[in-house]
Amino acid sequence: MTSSLLFNVTTLAYMASMVVFFAFLASKNKAIGLTGSLLAYAGFAVQTLAIALRWKESYDMGYGHAPLSNLYESVVFFSWTIILIYMFIELKYKYRIVGAFVVPFALLGMAWAQLGMHSGIEPLVPALQSNWLLYHVVTCFLGYAAFAVACGISIMYLVKAKSEESGGGAAGGLMGMFPPIRVLDDLNYRAIMIGFPLLTLGIITGAAWANYAWGTYWSWDPKETWSLIVWFVYAAFLHARFTRGWVGKRAAWLSIIGFAATIFCYLGVNLFLSGLHSYGSSKM
Amino acid sequence: MATTNRSFAQALWDFFCSLKLTISLLISLALTSIIGTILPQGKLPPEYVASISPVKLQIYSKLGFFDMYHSWWFILLLYVFSVNLICCSIKRLPHVFKFISEPNLVLGESQRNGFSLKQDLKITASLDKGREALAEFLGKEFGAPVVTEQDGEYHLFAQKNAWCRLGVYVVHLSILVIFVGAILGSLFGYKGFAAIVEGTGISSIQANSGAEIPLGFEVRCEKFNVTFYDSGAPKEFKSILTVLENGQPVKGLTNVRVVVNEPLSYKGFTFYQSSYGQATESSDHSFSVQARAGGFSDHLTLRDGQATVLKDGTTFKLLETTPDIRQFMPNFSGPAARIEVTQKGGVPQTYIVFKDFPDANAQRGDALQVVYEGSNAKMYTGLQVAKDPGVWVVWLGCTLMVCGLFIAFFMSHKRVWIVVSKGYARMYGNASKNQAAFQMQFEELSDKFKNLKI
Ligand code: HEM
Repeated sequence: MTSSLLFNVTTLAYMASMVVFFAFLASKNKAIGLTGSLLAYAGFAVQTLAIALRWKESYDMGYGHAPLSNLYESVVFFSWTIILIYMFIELKYKYRIVGAFVVPFALLGMAWAQLGMHSGIEPLVPALQSNWLLYHVVTCFLGYAAFAVACGISIMYLVKAKSEESGGGAAGGLMGMFPPIRVLDDLNYRAIMIGFPLLTLGIITGAAWANYAWGTYWSWDPKETWSLIVWFVYAAFLHARFTRGWVGKRAAWLSIIGFAATIFCYLGVNLFLSGLHSYGSSKM
Repeated sequence: MATTNRSFAQALWDFFCSLKLTISLLISLALTSIIGTILPQGKLPPEYVASISPVKLQIYSKLGFFDMYHSWWFILLLYVFSVNLICCSIKRLPHVFKFISEPNLVLGESQRNGFSLKQDLKITASLDKGREALAEFLGKEFGAPVVTEQDGEYHLFAQKNAWCRLGVYVVHLSILVIFVGAILGSLFGYKGFAAIVEGTGISSIQANSGAEIPLGFEVRCEKFNVTFYDSGAPKEFKSILTVLENGQPVKGLTNVRVVVNEPLSYKGFTFYQSSYGQATESSDHSFSVQARAGGFSDHLTLRDGQATVLKDGTTFKLLETTPDIRQFMPNFSGPAARIEVTQKGGVPQTYIVFKDFPDANAQRGDALQVVYEGSNAKMYTGLQVAKDPGVWVVWLGCTLMVCGLFIAFFMSHKRVWIVVSKGYARMYGNASKNQAAFQMQFEELSDKFKNLKI
């Protein structure tokens, strides 16, 4: 059994989970909702195993590093953290329907990684040979994942708010399945309360690493700057709730913009801008 | 006049205390920061200058877009941000301290209606007995209460974690601490670069500002070395450095291995492995030559472009060498040489011989087997050098920020009141954060409360 086979199983499980969640949206049948969750959990368990196996495989190949060293591995890890944060929110706050808006993010990541990326295990270039890599990447991605969940919740918020405005589905229909907008607003806030300290830790561990490796904790490199932009957007979100006129819809939009900035920080910077962070470049 | 001054000051104060300003500033900082990630910063590459119209170039430079994080308007934004933060704190902190040190011990009639968490209890004992029993209950189950009598009622008040209301202010303070650390670093620190040739030492560095900074000690590079993975990707860049004081090696800092991610620090200066190269152009290269059929072997030392005649009459010419062949032949790495061999009466043949791939040399099927043994050329190691006395202040700020965020988000100020009247008592509770979690705690408390027999 190899890790890449298990990653394929994971992808299928998330796909099944998403389909079942959509069926749940349509049918409002509790048992179907539970099946959706269980499928996501099963996918998560398989993925955990696969990541551990890949870690071991890298040792077997004589490279010996945590599976967080290139784009493929980071996308896989990202989708794992999204499900982790989703499970946490579901178990704690008991809103199953959130899965329908969050599992697709994880599926998208896995599908892209499995279909579109080179998955070979590569040795670490000198720049990445440090334990800081682990601390930095893990905290950043847990933060990103919480923001992904918040983005899913914000989309639910906007959809629900819109349908309430137009007077439709006050009680019944699809919208009846959604938590009340007050609850969605609260869940959004809670997800960001998890994500924000993690992103802060991610930025700090990155700065500490940069200081340790290059002697500068901050050099306004595009990736660093984008992480700060993301941080500013969520800081604005946190203050929005104390300011009249910024609660509700605007806060939901801030959360969505924040996640768009997060994705740009994660992928866009590497694709469109140059800097110190391009994974796998031979720069020291 | 006095009143307009007064109202102007008031308006200014209100402006700087406003949270709308905070949100605008955060969004402005986010948006403007994008500019510097799109336009090149610092010294402009000539290709870029050639690709952009001169008018644009001039406008952008005037606006400071090519060094935007140090431009006057970006710094101004940061100052306004700091003033906003300080004013907001000055305005609110006294209230928070008062809130903590002088809690609301007595619940007025109107306040009592505002609670979603409450629980009733019938009391048969006297008012004083009831007060005593309930004070003991609250002390045991939640926290020691303060008892106040008012209008024939007793108000019992207990609280937990009142200080965590300060968490937000710790976060805000931490931002200012980080700014202070950054300013200290920019005033009293240096960033620079040093290139040290193997076997030599330096006692000053070249700061990025162009100035020559004396170190007050000497750093010598004993050796520099690069290794590669089989795939050709670099595995390790390694300098062996020694620190010397007055010409004497410093104990514990002799032959220190410095690689990427493992710097060397001494007296506030830190040396980071950052680049490398060949220091000397013309140098001697050695080869060993062996006739494949046996018979003779030879050892040669040549310079680039030089030729020699071997014992068997073959002319051997060294065309060029490289310290690392990988850029030309990705499947190979390490030093290599291109040579031209002309056997007596034959035509010249050129080929490439490697230092680190003897098998590839051996597989070639000519009469001579040639191995490149490398050169005596010296490498230099390129070291980034930094001194930053503000960095500890920055880490202190970061620590404060993480602690502050944890307190602000995950701890909550919990309060419980019991109002004891004649014949009955009522318990109220609330929490500053995570009301849902507190509700469970309150319900547990309520279960015990309503079963009290007083
Ligand atoms: C100009 C700058 C800022 C000002 C004037 C400001 C002001 C405030 C104020 C008045 C509050 C409400 C406190 C309360 O009543 O509970 C607050 C909350 C908060 N601020 Fe700031 N703030 C600023 C920047 C920041 C930044 C950059 C951060 C980033 C970490 C931050 C983090 C927080 C947090 C975490 C809270 C608590 C939010 C919550 O409990 O939901 N603040 N801020």
